[in-house]
Amino acid sequence: MEVLLFGIAKDIVGESSFRFDEGDVLPGSVFELKQKLKQSFPELDKLSSLAVAVNSEYAEDEEKLSRGDEIALIPPVSGG
Amino acid sequence: MKQEITIEIVDHIDASQVYGELSHPNSGGICVFVGAVREFTQNEQVIALEFETYKAMAIKEMRKIAEEAYAKWNLNRVVMRHAVGNKGVEEPVVVVGASSGHRDACFEACRFLIDTLKDRVPIWKKEIFKNKSVWVSATP
Repeated sequence: MEVLLFGIAKDIVGESSFRFDEGDVLPGSVFELKQKLKQSFPELDKLSSLAVAVNSEYAEDEEKLSRGDEIALIPPVSGG
Repeated sequence: MKQEITIEIVDHIDASQVYGELSHPNSGGICVFVGAVREFTQNEQVIALEFETYKAMAIKEMRKIAEEAYAKWNLNRVVMRHAVGNKGVEEPVVVVGASSGHRDACFEACRFLIDTLKDRVPIWKKEIFKNKSVWVSATP
């Protein structure tokens, strides 16, 4: 399972994507994904907000994740 | 034939292009917002802004916003275009606009387009100062 990273999230993790290893227990939901990544990268917890997109749509915490999903972390947006 | 909705993420914005895209025989009003790079933010001199995006999602979100505007107001054309990459002072970074029979609808729609874009389209900007750079709005 791979998570795309943008903006400050990319700087915090130091890569443009984060991949869970083969042996890792994969997060089953958006909430679990956020918890796991915040544990590994505590700086993510200091952001004004942190959303997750599943298959390029904003996803609620309860949404389930599947292996083939395109997942992205969305730190506070600042376009315009 | 011209499209009713134009959505784009581009490397360079030509702000003069939008009139042709919004003009329409039934449009008596055309309203456009152009966002540009400002030289000073809180008294600090900005050298450039660096924009990046999650393109597939940004295009999808922009299209949803344009369709919401169509549903709310009686519009003939909508354009939403954002630039990515490094932009210097005075360069345009975003252009949104709408055209409609009368001015009220396009004024209101134009404001909605830019406000909603800023609120939820996955685009990020970094302010580049002389000695540091900062992702805008990232931390409280």
